[in-house]
Amino acid sequence: MTLPSKEELENSLSTRHSPKVHNAIKNAKIGIAGMGGLGSNIAMMLARAGVSSLVIADHDVVDISNINRQNYYLEQIGKAKTDASEELLKAVNPYIAIVKHCVKLDPSNIPGIFGGCDIVCEAFDVPSEKAMFINTMLEECPGIKIVAGSGMAGFGRSNEIRTEKLFADLYLCGDGIDMEEAEGGLMSPRVNICAGHMANTVIALLMKGDV
Amino acid sequence: MKVNGEHLELVSPMTIEVLILKKGYRQDRVAVELNGRIVPRSEYGVVLLSNSDSVEIVGFVGGG
Repeated sequence: MTLPSKEELENSLSTRHSPKVHNAIKNAKIGIAGMGGLGSNIAMMLARAGVSSLVIADHDVVDISNINRQNYYLEQIGKAKTDASEELLKAVNPYIAIVKHCVKLDPSNIPGIFGGCDIVCEAFDVPSEKAMFINTMLEECPGIKIVAGSGMAGFGRSNEIRTEKLFADLYLCGDGIDMEEAEGGLMSPRVNICAGHMANTVIALLMKGDV
Repeated sequence: MKVNGEHLELVSPMTIEVLILKKGYRQDRVAVELNGRIVPRSEYGVVLLSNSDSVEIVGFVGGG
């Protein structure tokens, strides 16, 4: 079949979400740091919701061990996660603008990559890297809101994953329990619940400026 | 002073670095806000807290 035109896709989203909501979401530029379990799923949710501009960063390639929870397919094993995500996001919205950075993020490159975003999602898995990213953003890019994830391993306890505003520009989603302490490790349902909290927080911030 | 919303009586001057350890956090896994402003990591060992301060410490755990 012929793919829908950009206008048809936009009309569909606008009808579904209302023009007011669609325009607020469409005009945002959202950054995602880390395209693993959280980041790959957040990106897909935001693309489906109509975000038209994403900045994604990850230095890793898709591995067989990622398939249990990350938004990739077996045939993408070995591909850079940024390239693999772009393929899938463009299958949902061919007109989305994606700026890819296949680099390891550190305090020297984070401000340049994410400084122009409206909201940035922290989606790493190592706690010291989460802290490094969040501190760098809050120190170097004041005014950009950060939505971070902390604690989403195991199964059950769905309602223990929550969203809290912690600092003026920092929102934290998760249950605060380390993956080493949760039976089952990282599994798709709870990682997606947390990713859902994060993507939903992004949309609420775009619409209301708060959660 | 207030730490994460709870009262903590400060009997002698204390740096943010010491407070982080005292509250059971690891310094490389936190972000700290002092009176509503982010504290740069390079200042954890320098900034001295007083009883009028309000400190928020956020710790991060693994998984993503």
